[in-house]
Amino acid sequence: MTRKKIIIRILQILIVLFGISFFTFLLTYLAPGDPAQIMLTSSGVMPTEETVNALRESMGYNDPFIVQYFRWLGNALHGDLGVSFTLNKPVTDLLLERLWPTLKLTLFSVVLMLAVSVPLGMLSAVKENTWVDNLVRGISFIGVSMPNFWIGLLLMLLFCVKLRIFPVISSAGDFKSMILPAVTLAIAMSAKYTRQVRTAILEELHQDYVIGARARGIPERKILWGNVFKNSLLPLITMLGLSIGSLLGGTAVVEVIFSYPGLGSLAVAAITANDYNLIQGYVLWVALIYMVINLIVDISYNFIDPRMRLAR
Amino acid sequence: MGMKKHNFFMTHKVFCIFGILAILLILMAVFAPVVTGGVDPTTGNLRDALLPPGPEHIFGTDKMGRDIFARVIYGARVSLVAAFSVVGISFGIGSLLGVISGYFRGAVDAVIMRLADMMLSFPGLVLAMAVAGILGAAIHNAVLAVAVVTWPKYARLARSLVLKIRDRDYVAAAVTTGSKHGYMLVRYMLPNALPTLIITAATDIGSLMLELAALSFLGFGAVPPTPEWGLMLSEGRAYMQSAPWLMIFPGLAILVTVIIFNMLGDGLRDILDPRQEG
Repeated sequence: MTRKKIIIRILQILIVLFGISFFTFLLTYLAPGDPAQIMLTSSGVMPTEETVNALRESMGYNDPFIVQYFRWLGNALHGDLGVSFTLNKPVTDLLLERLWPTLKLTLFSVVLMLAVSVPLGMLSAVKENTWVDNLVRGISFIGVSMPNFWIGLLLMLLFCVKLRIFPVISSAGDFKSMILPAVTLAIAMSAKYTRQVRTAILEELHQDYVIGARARGIPERKILWGNVFKNSLLPLITMLGLSIGSLLGGTAVVEVIFSYPGLGSLAVAAITANDYNLIQGYVLWVALIYMVINLIVDISYNFIDPRMRLAR
Repeated sequence: MGMKKHNFFMTHKVFCIFGILAILLILMAVFAPVVTGGVDPTTGNLRDALLPPGPEHIFGTDKMGRDIFARVIYGARVSLVAAFSVVGISFGIGSLLGVISGYFRGAVDAVIMRLADMMLSFPGLVLAMAVAGILGAAIHNAVLAVAVVTWPKYARLARSLVLKIRDRDYVAAAVTTGSKHGYMLVRYMLPNALPTLIITAATDIGSLMLELAALSFLGFGAVPPTPEWGLMLSEGRAYMQSAPWLMIFPGLAILVTVIIFNMLGDGLRDILDPRQEG
C-alpha cells in the first residue's frame, strides 16, 4: 500500500464513521423511548409531564433532528460522547474502562484459536481425504454449526457447576476469569479457521512449484514449512484480521454469559436500558476499532509479501 | 449404461439426504400440534415445575411446568420462519438493489454501493444488536435488524454478477432492438445472477439462525412466553445446577437444525457450482 492509498483508506473510514453515527442517531431519535424520561426514572425521580418537558428543553431534545445530530457530532469530534443516562458517567470514560478487558479477551482467544486451528488445518490438508482429514473436517463442521453461547453454557455447566474449577461469575477480570470465556470464543472460531487454513494450504499444495520441488527431491517438510506455509500466510492473515474484528462484536454474548466486565456486556446492558448515548458510543467505537484493525492488516501485507511491494 | 445407473440420488447423496431431513424438519414445525400430541407449549402446571426428563415429559419441564419437548418442537416454527424471513428480505432487497446498481451504474450505483460498503465495513452483530434493541424486543424486530446488516452482501454479489454480462454482445443486441430497461433486468440480468445468489442464500440460512438465536438469547428477539430456542437457553441459565436439561435440548435443537441447513447449502453449492469449495 502506498501512502496515498493509506490516506484514501483513512478518509473512507471517516466517511463510514460519519454514516454510521448518523444512522444510529436517527434510529435512537425515531425509537419509542424518551431519554428525558429514562434519565429521570434511573435517577429515582417519578417523571411527571412538567419535569420531563423541562429536562427535554434543557437537554435540547426539543430541537429539530439535524440540530441535535450536529450538536452531538461536534461534541463527539472533541471526544465527548455525552453522559450515560443510566450510569451517570461520561460515555468515553465508561468505554475506556471496558476496552482493555475486551481487547485482552479477544487477543487471548485468538492466540488459543491459532494454536488449535493452524496445526489442525495443515494436518488436514496434508492428509487430504484420509480418515484424519475427515475427522478434522467433521469436528470443525459441527463446531461451525454450534451457537457460541451454547458452547459457553455447556463449559460453564461442566467446569463451574459440576467440577467447580472456575467461579460461575468472572467479573474479577483477572486471568483465571478470562479462561472460560476465551476458550468458548476460541472453540467457535477455531472451527471456522481450521477449514480456512485447510483450504488455503490445499490450494498452495496443488501449485506446480510443489510438484517441481518434490521432483527435485526436496524433503516434504521443507516444502511445507519453507514454501507452502509461507505463501498461504497472506489469505490467512486477511481472515485473521476479519475474525478479530468480528470477535469484538461477537464477544458480547460470551461476556454476558460469564458476567465478564467488557465492552460487550456494557453494550448489552446499555441496549436493554435504552441508554442511547452509550449505545451510540459503543457502536462508533467498535466500528472504529474494526476498521483500524483491517487497515493495519492491509498495511502489514507490505512486510509479509514482497509481491505486494512491487505491485504498487 | 454405466452413467445412466447413477441417478440423481446417487450422484447428489449429501444434498438428497439433508434435503429430506430439512423437509422433515419443516413438516415437524408445520404439524407441531400433531407431533406434540396436543400439548400446549406456552401453558404448564406449576405443580409439574422443573421435572427431569421422564416418561411423562421426555425432555422434562421448565420452571413454569411447561413441557420442554413441546417447546422445542414449536420452537422450530419460530426459528425457521425467522431465518427464512431474513433470507427472503435480504435476498429480495439485496438482489434488486444490486442488479439495478450494476445495470444502470452512475449515481444510483454510487449511492447504493457506498451504503452497502458502510454496512459491510462493520461487524454485523453489533449493529444488529443496536437496531434490535432500539426497536424493542420482538422477533420481527430481530428479523429486521439482521436483514439490515445482511442485504449488502447480496447487493454486492448481484452487482458483480450483472457487471460480468452487461457488456456482452447479446445484451447490446437486445438494447439495440429496443428492449426496455424493465425487460432487460428481468429477462437477462436477474436470471444470470440468480444461481449464485441462491447458493449464497442456502449456505447463509444456518449462520442466520445462529445470529437470530443469539439475539433472542440476549433478550433482543423473541419475548416470553414464545417458545424460541435462544430464549429458552437464556431462561434455563438460572437453573443450570438443578435442571441442566433446560439447557441441553434447546441447544441440541439449534445444533441439529443448523447442521441440516449447512449441509444442504453445501450440497446445493456442489450441484449448482462445482468449482467453488469452501
